[in-house]
Formats: sequence, C-alpha cells, structure tokens
Amino acid sequence: MSKDHLSIDHVSMEFPLPAGGAFKALDSVNIKIKKGEFVSLIGHSGCGKSTVLNIVAGLYQASAGGVILDGLEVNEPAPDRAVVFQNHSLLPWLTAYQNVELAVKQVFKKQKSKAETREWIEHNLRLVHMDHAMNKRPDELSGGMKQRVGIARALAMQPKVLLMDEPFGALDALTRAHMQDSLMEIQAELKNTVIMITHDVDEAVLLSDRIVMMTNGPAATIGEVLEIDLARPRERVTMADTPEYNHYRAQVLKFLYERQRNPEARHAGGSSDIGKKPQAEAGATQADAATHAENQAAA
Amino acid sequence: MKTLILNMLAKSIAALQDRVSKLDRQKLIRNIMLPLSAFFIFLLLWDGAASHIDTSLGKLPGPVQVWQQATNLVAEHERERDKESAFYLRQEKRNAIKLEADPDAEVKIRPYTGKPTFFDQILTSLGTVFAGFMLGIIIAIPVGIVTGLNQSVYRAINPIVQILKPVSPLAWLPIVTMVVSAVYVSDAPFFAKSFVTSAFTVMLCCLWPTLINTAVGVSSVNKDLINVSKVLRLGWFTHVWKIVLPSSVPMIFTGLRLSLSIGWMVLIAAEMLAQNPGLGKFVWDEFQNGSSNSLGRIMVAVFAIGIIGFALDWMMLMLQKKVSWDKTAVLR
Repeated sequence: MSKDHLSIDHVSMEFPLPAGGAFKALDSVNIKIKKGEFVSLIGHSGCGKSTVLNIVAGLYQASAGGVILDGLEVNEPAPDRAVVFQNHSLLPWLTAYQNVELAVKQVFKKQKSKAETREWIEHNLRLVHMDHAMNKRPDELSGGMKQRVGIARALAMQPKVLLMDEPFGALDALTRAHMQDSLMEIQAELKNTVIMITHDVDEAVLLSDRIVMMTNGPAATIGEVLEIDLARPRERVTMADTPEYNHYRAQVLKFLYERQRNPEARHAGGSSDIGKKPQAEAGATQADAATHAENQAAA
Repeated sequence: MKTLILNMLAKSIAALQDRVSKLDRQKLIRNIMLPLSAFFIFLLLWDGAASHIDTSLGKLPGPVQVWQQATNLVAEHERERDKESAFYLRQEKRNAIKLEADPDAEVKIRPYTGKPTFFDQILTSLGTVFAGFMLGIIIAIPVGIVTGLNQSVYRAINPIVQILKPVSPLAWLPIVTMVVSAVYVSDAPFFAKSFVTSAFTVMLCCLWPTLINTAVGVSSVNKDLINVSKVLRLGWFTHVWKIVLPSSVPMIFTGLRLSLSIGWMVLIAAEMLAQNPGLGKFVWDEFQNGSSNSLGRIMVAVFAIGIIGFALDWMMLMLQKKVSWDKTAVLR
C-alpha cells in the first residue's frame, strides 16, 4: 500500500437534491496511482469524471471513501494538487506573467528570493513556449495560448499531482494536437503525476500510461482500466500506423460505444459521436444536483 | 477671474477647432449638430410655453430672462468679491496706521461676513455632497464586500437594507438634525453643524446603491476564479484584493455613480428643508424673496444643479475608465 503515491479509495459521491433525497453521482471509485504516472479518465458526459477530479482537488468532499496522497488524507484544496481548468481560468486583469506570479508568490512565499521568483516564473512560461507573450493579458491571447499559461501556472506550483479537467476540450483540433505534443514534451522532462479528464480517445491513448474508463451515471464507477504499454516518446504520425496503438484505441472505442453506449445515441438511431451531449434528463439532474451542492457549500 | 475664464474658454475653443478639422462632416453633424438642434428646439418650446404662463411673480421666465439672471448672478458675485477685498484692504490700512503710531498695538483682522453669493453656495454644496458621498462609500464598500462574500451576513443584513433604502431624505433630516445637535457638541467645532447634518443625510441616502451593487458584484465572481483562489489557498485579504475586487469593479462603479447622483439630489432637498447653506438654500431664499426676478434666478439654479450633476457623473465615468482593467468595455 505504501508505494501508492495517490490512492482514490472507494470514493462515492451523493448530491442532495432540492426536492429531498440524493443523487448518487459516483459509486465506489477505486484508483491507485504511482508516482509519475499519467492517468486519463474517459467516459461519456455526465458520468462524473469531473466530480472525481474535484474530489481529488479537494473542491468537493466525498460522501464515502476518501483520497490519500502520500499517506495523508485530502480534504481541502491545496497547491500540491494544482488544477488546469477547462476554460483556463486565468485572471483577466493580470498578464500571463502576473497570473503565474500570483501562484508562485503564494506557494513559495518566502522561500525564493526576488530574482529566483522571477527566474522560476519565466522558466515555467518558457516550458509552455509562452515566454514571448509574458506581458500580455488573457484577452490578447488565443485559446491555446491561454491554456498554455494555465498549464504554466499549475506547473509553477510544483504540484505532487497535476489535475487536468478536459484541458484541451475547448480548442480546435490543430491547436489541440500542438498542445498534446507540448504536454508530452513537458511530461518527459518533469515526470509529473497527472490525472487528466478527456473526451478524446486519441488524446487518451497518445498521452496516458493508463486509461480509466467510467460507466455512465448515475452511480458511475470504473468500468475498465487499460494499461497503455507503448514506448515513449510517442509520435502522433507513426502511432497511427502502429497496430498496438490502434488496438488500444479500438478497445476504448468498444467500451464507449458498445458496452457503455451513449444513452442519447440509442434515441438518435445509433449515430454515435464523441462530442454528443448526454441524455437530457440525466445531465440536467446531475447539473442541478451539482449547483445545489455548490449553493450548500457557499452557504 | 473673468480673464482666466475667458482664457480657458478661448483655449478650449481652439482645441475644439483643432479636433473638428480632423472629424469628417458626418461625425460633426451627428455629434454636435444633432444635440445642438435638439437643444434649440427645447429653448423654443420653453419660450413659447413660458410666455403663456402667468404666475403671481409675473410671467414664467423664458430662456432670455434666465440668461439675464445668470449674468446678474455673476455680476453680483464679482461685486461681492470686490466688497470683500475692499473690506480687508481697509482693515490693513487701519492696522498699518495703528502700528505706525504704536508698534506694540494689538491689531485684529475681522473676517468678512457678507451674504454668500450663488457661486459660494455652489462650492458649499459641492463640498457637502463630496463629504457625504465619501462617508457613504467608506461604509458601503466594506460592508458590501462582507455581505457579498458571506451568505449568512447577506441574509441577516438584507431586510434592514431593503427597509432603509427607500426612505426619503426628508424623513431622515429631522432625525439627523436632532441627533447631530445632541451628539456633535464642541466649543470650537471644526465643521459647522449644518454641514454635518447635510453630509450625514446625504450619506444615509447614498449608502444603499453602492452597498447593494458591491454585494451583488462580489457574490457573482466567476466560480472558476474562486476555485483558483481555493487551490492556491489565498488568504482572505489577498482573495478579496486580487480576485474579488477586480472582478466587481464594474458593479461597484455602477453603484458609486447611482450613489453620487442620488446624493446630489438629496443634498439640494436637505438644504432647502433645513436651511443649511448651499444651492438648496439659495433656491428656497429666492422662493421666499418673491421678487419679479426670483423665478429666473431659481431657474439658473436648476440649470446649475443639472449641469453639476451631469459633470459629477462624468467624473465618476472617467475615474472608472482609469481604474477599470477592461479597457475595451463600453462605458456610458
């Protein structure tokens, strides 16, 4: 047990419903992650992937089970579990540099001198190839560039675990490919422990050491776990011709479209598409439950 | 004074001409000719209507009479200033003579106690509204931040705010007057009692829009940014300073602008009712005076109040443009 870096131990999550009762979003999710491992969570929308991530981040409290990081239980957010949010979440009134600076100053408080702080911020921005636009505000940057700064901010916290919530979901296909390459490059250098949520089968297979496939909600749990035993560095173009790669890809697709068919696709006559929204009612109840839970938390 | 104003006027006209040459004709028509012609039509309608209304103080003054009264008020102001400087000059001369006769003589300069002119009243009003507004926002912004951040505080405070918000300044005034007379007792008061009363009444009325808008702005900060703050474990102060305040700047300024314009309206009413020095008192005095010029002079005051209110709002807008991080936002 002790060699597990991060252990998501039988985590269940129930959101109280406004009408009374509770919506069970997660049921006994159990994942053990080794140091330096890159794990993807994949599943249809509304299956609770983000809930898992939010519990690991400490933004939600699991209703049963718990998360243990390096032997300590996680029960509140902290910079050792940095989050890269889907919509970048940069502060729009600060430049790229200042956004990273806010994180660095907070995490390293008095441990770094002025010069060291500056060097560390610039180093992280260089890592994501954003050193040329350090002094630009988010509204002057493209979507991909904003996400790069978001990643730089997370990396600059030197987290034990990097949590990525569909980091490239809002980007166009070409930018997404660039970002994935950059992320692999950074990962090869830093060997972070990463949990990434994704909708994208290719992204999951290309980047991950392990893919955790989740069943559809309610009461979503882990359906299958797939070890991706492909040598690194992985090259996008050569991978397309590699039988193993295609085999892994097919396995994920089979899980998503045969065993866990998108509930909506059944109604739509079988035209399954990755970007499809989940079944309206299921999605709505979970969203309602989530907002309700947030309101409760705010109160 | 007059030459200074003329100089400034000449300079601004020159600057305007410079800009006009850069603008194209269409812009000129749209931005200058349209409002000007609307104003001209307004003057015509006013003149037409005024000549048909007979009051006990004679005909309702039209634009021409009001303009005459405006020049009269300027002239009165200048006469009063001349009198004042002559008064001080006389004292200085008298003192000089005294000192020449006896170097140890005790000399005094008595302050001039002439009637405040229209422009003195404007300055008094501006000072009072500024003091009341500042007092108001010093309370409203911090309370608004705490209220917006904390649901429990919001639930606790909201009914009180909703009840006090619609109260008219005229209802506050007697209470404020009595409280100020009872509490503000000092042998050599730094501020006049009337000033304190007016300023507090302004404060009580202009508190609410800023408080409510600040609370709403603070409570509607983007959830993702709050999550960033949580992950970073920002302290309360850093959270407010770095995340909450910048995102609520637009809402806070909406509140501030509402507060200032309400404060200005309230002040005139308070001065009228309480006979506290200021523009309101000027209007009331003219009304009581009841000469054939009074209505015209009151109308000059009405225009002055309107123009100053407009200028105050414009100043807040400029301040918002300076403070706001989002320079692309359209502010009006």
